[in-house]
Amino acid sequence: MAEVLERVTKIVVDRLGVDESQVTLEASFKDDLGADSLDVVELVMELEDEFDMEISDEDAEKIGTVGDAVNYINSKK
Amino acid sequence: MSLAGKSALVTGASRGIGREVALELAKQGANVAVNFAGSEEKANEVVDEIKALGREAFAIKCNVSDSSEVAEMVKATIDHFGSLDILVNNAGITRDNLLMRMKEEEWDDVINTNLKGVFLVTKAVTRQMMKQRKGRIINMASIVGISGNPGQANYVAAKAGVIGLTKTTAKELASRNITVNAIAPGFITTDMTDKLPEDVKAEMLKQIPLARLGEPKDIAKAAAFLASDDAEYITGQTLHIDGGMVM
Repeated sequence: MAEVLERVTKIVVDRLGVDESQVTLEASFKDDLGADSLDVVELVMELEDEFDMEISDEDAEKIGTVGDAVNYINSKK
Repeated sequence: MSLAGKSALVTGASRGIGREVALELAKQGANVAVNFAGSEEKANEVVDEIKALGREAFAIKCNVSDSSEVAEMVKATIDHFGSLDILVNNAGITRDNLLMRMKEEEWDDVINTNLKGVFLVTKAVTRQMMKQRKGRIINMASIVGISGNPGQANYVAAKAGVIGLTKTTAKELASRNITVNAIAPGFITTDMTDKLPEDVKAEMLKQIPLARLGEPKDIAKAAAFLASDDAEYITGQTLHIDGGMVM
């Protein structure tokens, strides 16, 4: 869990240019981290590469917060 | 050479305008994936010509209206070249008929290849271009997509659709430094226009201020420019190359 969060955090920081302290499990990509819809698509793409998995469009739509992403990845491992 | 080291995918590149575009991109320095649907022999000729210029090239069969074939084609191109900088959506067919006589199948075939095909290939390359933070997409529309043309309801609808798709894709991908433009060729000498009856050709010539047909190279030169770094501030546009036919 911790390791997944760490890797997700790094991607979010790199991609959205936010401070690491802002990347909490509750943080919403769009509302709290300033991502637009294309940023979210791109984040999902990077998560797919990082964790070597395919995230379907249906599942991707449900990923709204950092916690959603971490939980999704853990559930598929 | 303005395209040195770039890699390109040109759909429908075995003949006509697509062939000329593939060759021009290679002349400007690009490596080119030569897509074809039917004419493998012709595609291989294009590959040989590109290799003779000292660039890399390979032929790849793909029906652009089939999403799984498209995914394979794009993957093969990226695997082969290690990047994908330029996409030219050129593959197109005609099934001309008067609206009153047009069969549903004729409508579907043209929309699937000429419009859905552009959507599918564009979608498939976007991931790579977004990662690269750079890309050039050039869609072959047609001047009839702007003016309309009797006997070509399906083709005109598809080409007008391509122009709208070009604008939307340009807006969606601009923030990732990917430009998307359309070229609207007028009456260009290719297999597609050779089939037209002489009286139709004569009638069309009267409407062209420059009073001659265009050549595939007229389109290819413009495509190479839009693919180059010099065109970095141009996106969402439709460039008419038609001897002044539609202004």
